[in-house]
Amino acid sequence: MSIDLSQFQQVFFEESFEGVETMESYLLELDSEDTEALHAIFRAAHSIKGGAGMFDFTTIVDFTHLVETLLDELRSDKRAVTPDLVTLLLQSSDCIKELLHLAQEEDNSTPEQVIATKQQLQALLSGKELSGKELPGEEPSGEALSGNDTSSESLAALEQNSEASTESQDNTPEGWLVTFAPHPEMLQTGNEPLHMLAALQDLGPTDITCNAELLPDWTEINGELCYLSWQIRLQSDVDRDEVEDIFSWVEDECDLTLEPLTEQSQTAPIEAEAGTEQHQSLPELEPEQQPAIQPALPSTPAQPDKSAPTEERRRSDRREKPDRRGTMDRRSGGEATSIRVGTDKIDTLINRVGELVITQSMLAQIGRLESLEGPETLQRLQQGLAQLERSTREIQEDVMQIRMLPISFVFNRFPRLVRDLQGKLGKKLELVISGEGTELDKTLMEKISDPLVHLVRNSIDHGIEMPEQRLEAGKNESGRVELVAYHQGGNIIIEINDDGKGLDADKILEKAREKGLVGEDEEPKLQEIYELIMQPGFSTADEVSDLSGRGVGMDVVRRNINELGGNIEIGSEPGKGSRFKITLPLTLAILDGQQVSLDDQVYIIPLVSIIESIQTPEEPVNAIAGKDPLYCFRGNYIPLISLRKVMGQPEATEQEQLIMIVEANGQQYGLIVDDLLGQQQFVIKSLEENYRKVEGVAGATILADGRVGLILDVVGILRLYRRINQRRARRGDNVIRLNAG
Amino acid sequence: MNNLESDTQDSSPNTSDPQYLTFILENEEYGVDILKVHEIRGWAPATPIPNTPPFMKGVINLRGTIVPIIDLRERFGLEALEYGPTTVVIVLNVVSERGEQIMGMVVDAVSDTYSIADSTLRPAPDMGGVISIDFINGLATIDNKMVIILDIDHLLSAEEMEVLSGASDMAG
Repeated sequence: MSIDLSQFQQVFFEESFEGVETMESYLLELDSEDTEALHAIFRAAHSIKGGAGMFDFTTIVDFTHLVETLLDELRSDKRAVTPDLVTLLLQSSDCIKELLHLAQEEDNSTPEQVIATKQQLQALLSGKELSGKELPGEEPSGEALSGNDTSSESLAALEQNSEASTESQDNTPEGWLVTFAPHPEMLQTGNEPLHMLAALQDLGPTDITCNAELLPDWTEINGELCYLSWQIRLQSDVDRDEVEDIFSWVEDECDLTLEPLTEQSQTAPIEAEAGTEQHQSLPELEPEQQPAIQPALPSTPAQPDKSAPTEERRRSDRREKPDRRGTMDRRSGGEATSIRVGTDKIDTLINRVGELVITQSMLAQIGRLESLEGPETLQRLQQGLAQLERSTREIQEDVMQIRMLPISFVFNRFPRLVRDLQGKLGKKLELVISGEGTELDKTLMEKISDPLVHLVRNSIDHGIEMPEQRLEAGKNESGRVELVAYHQGGNIIIEINDDGKGLDADKILEKAREKGLVGEDEEPKLQEIYELIMQPGFSTADEVSDLSGRGVGMDVVRRNINELGGNIEIGSEPGKGSRFKITLPLTLAILDGQQVSLDDQVYIIPLVSIIESIQTPEEPVNAIAGKDPLYCFRGNYIPLISLRKVMGQPEATEQEQLIMIVEANGQQYGLIVDDLLGQQQFVIKSLEENYRKVEGVAGATILADGRVGLILDVVGILRLYRRINQRRARRGDNVIRLNAG
Repeated sequence: MNNLESDTQDSSPNTSDPQYLTFILENEEYGVDILKVHEIRGWAPATPIPNTPPFMKGVINLRGTIVPIIDLRERFGLEALEYGPTTVVIVLNVVSERGEQIMGMVVDAVSDTYSIADSTLRPAPDMGGVISIDFINGLATIDNKMVIILDIDHLLSAEEMEVLSGASDMAG
C-alpha cells in the first residue's frame, strides 16, 4: 500500500468513540419526535461506518450498516420511534463501542452480545416486529444487508448477483469478476475508490483494469467528479459477501456487478492487457490531473506479467502485520491519550511564550553587562524578574487550562446509567445535573468517573425507594438524584444528592458490630456511623445484587478519592435522602501546600487538609494512659501526632514547636512540627516512578533550592501513627512476658 | 583517574565483548554493565524517606526527576563510611517489572572500565552471605584481581527493596 493508514487509526478510534457518545446522548433524548437528534445520530453512525470501512474493520461496517439502515427508516418516517426501539439502538451503540474496543486491540472476534443484537436488528429490518427475545436471525448475508434498500438500481444488481451466486454454489468459483463503476458524484460523498480497490487486493491476487473512456478532455475535467470505472479480476475463493462488503457503503453510489470467474471466463487476459495499457498512458496524458483521480491510479498496478511480485508484496504485508500489532500493544500499555484543545487556548499560550522570550533576552542583556552597579541596572533587573515571574505564572495557568475539560464529559454518561437502572430496578428516577460546565483536569476526570458511577448507583440502589414506598411516605413517585459540580476556593466540589430513605444508622451500627468494626459498648456519633460505610468489607445490602452489595464499594471509592488528594463527606437525613460531597483539587500536577520543617528537612502539607495552625498551647495537653497526647480543639479532643516520630527522626531538642490541625477523612488531628515556612504552589513529582509508594508520603516536589521535598499524606500519616503505636504496644507485651518468664 | 582512558584502550582488545564499569567497595572491585550506567556524580545530600531501611539514603533531584539513592556498603552489610568530597554516586538505569527506573548507589570510588567476555566469567560459589549469588552474574579475573560482576537489575529491583524494607519494618 502506498499510503500507510495505520497512523490515522488512532484518530479514527477517538472520533468513533466520540461518535458513539453522541449517539448515546441523543438517543436518550429521542423519546420525542426530534428530527435534529435523529439526524445527529445518523451522522454519527455514518461516519463510524465510513471510517471503519477505510480501515477494513468489516464487522463494524456490517453492524453499523444495519443500525444506519434502521435510523434511515426512522428518519424517513417509515418507522415510529418506540421505547423498545430506543433500547435496541442504545444496545447497538454499546455493541459498536465494544467492537471498536476489540478493533483497537486487533481482536477479530465477535462477542455474543453483538451477534444477538445484530440478529435483532436484522429481524426488525426484515419486517418483523421487535420482540424482547431475539429472533432466529439470518446470517449476515447480502440479502439481509440490502433487505430494505430502496435503490432500485442496486436491487436489480443484487438480484442479478443472487442468481449468479446460486449458480456459483455448484462449481466453486475461482474468483470474481467485479465491475465497479462509481457514479460521477461518488467522490463528493467522501468515498475513495482507491481504498476499495486496495481492500479487494487484500482478498487475493487481482488484475485491475481501469476504464478511462469517459474521461473528458483534460481542460474540462472537474476534479470533484469520478470519470473512471474499473474491472477487477479477483482470483480468490472468497465468499460473495466478502466482496460485496467492500462496496457496501457505496452501493447506492455506484454500479456494481459481480460475476463468478470460471475456467472459461479466465481466458480473457488480452482484454485486460489492453485496458492496462490504456490506464498506463494516463499519467502522461494528464499531467495536471486532479488529485482526486490521481491517487486512484497507483492502485491499479496489476499487469498480468507482474502479478507474481504483487503477490509477494502482499505476503510481506501480511508478515508485517504481527509487527505492527507488537507496537500497538506497547502503545496501549503506555495509554497514549490525547486532548482536543481550542485554538484560542493555544494562541494565548504562544503569546505568553513570546513574552517569555522577550523577558529572557532582556535579562540576558543585563547579564552581559560588565558590572551590576548603579541603581538603574538593579532596577532593570528587578523589573525583568518581575516580568519573568508574571510570564511563568501565566504560562503555568494556561498550560493547566489546556488540561481542563468540562465535567460534563463524566456527567454525560449518567442519563444512560439512570435509564438502564430504572428499567432494571423498577424504580422511577429523575436525574438532575447542574454545573456540568465546571472545568476539571483531564487526568482527574478519568480517575473520578468510576467512583462517581459507583456513588450514583449506590444512591439509586440503596437510597431511592420503590414507587409504592415513596407514595406511602408522601413523596413524589419518582426519586430524584442530583449531580452537582462547582468550584469552591481552589477546589472542585461534586455532590451526589438523592431524596431517598437516607442512611439507616441503626442498621449500619448493627452490621458494624457484627463485623467487629465497632465494639459492643461503643456508642459512635451519627457522623461516625455514616463514616463506617467506607470501611473495607462493609456493605449493608441485604442481598448481593448486580449493582452493589459486594462490599468492595465505598472503601474503594474513598481510597480512590484520597489518592487524588481529595476527600468525601457523607450527610444523611432519615427519610429525606443522603448527600455525598466530594472535594477534589483542581489538578493533579500542581498543589497548594504549606511548607513545614523539622530541623533542616522541609515537608509539604497540602493546604486542602489544613484547618489551622497554632502555637504550642499554654494550657496542658492531656494524655491517655500517659502516652497519647490529646488536645482540646474547639471543644473536641483530638490526638496530637509528632511528625518527628512518624518520620523516624530523632526527638526534638529544646525548640519552640507548632501544632498544625489537619483533617483526614473527617477525623481531625494535630501534627507537631518545628516551624512553619512559606505557602506556595508545588509541582508534584512521582516518587513511585523510580522508587515505590511510601506510606505517609503523597509524592515529592523540587524545592526552590533544588532539593527534594516530600509532600505529606495526612491520611497516611494517621495510619502510620496507628501502626507505630500498635507495634509499640506489641513490643510492650513482649517485654512484660519476658519479665514474667 | 588520569590513566583511566589509556587503561581502557589497553584492556579492551575485543570491542564486541560487553564492557563493565568497576568500582571499589572495601578494597574489593565490583563491576556493572556499562550500558546501564546513566551517569556518575558526586555526593549531594539527599532528602531522607521515612521508615526505610538504613541503606536507603533518600531521594535527590536529578534534573527534575526524583531519584532514590542507596548506600551499597550498607546494603552489603559493610560498615558505613562518612561521606566526603570523593564519595561517588553511580546513577543507573535499572530494568524491573515496573519498567525502567533510575537509581543511584553510593560507592567508595569508581575504578576502571574493562571488556570482559561472557565466556571468561566464572560462577560464584554460594557462601550464603549477605550478597546472595542471585545478585552476582559471575566473577571475572583481570590482572590477577577478582572482579565481582553484579546483576544490578536484580539487586536494585523494586520488589527486592520492598522485601528489605518490609523486614526492617518488622525489626524496627
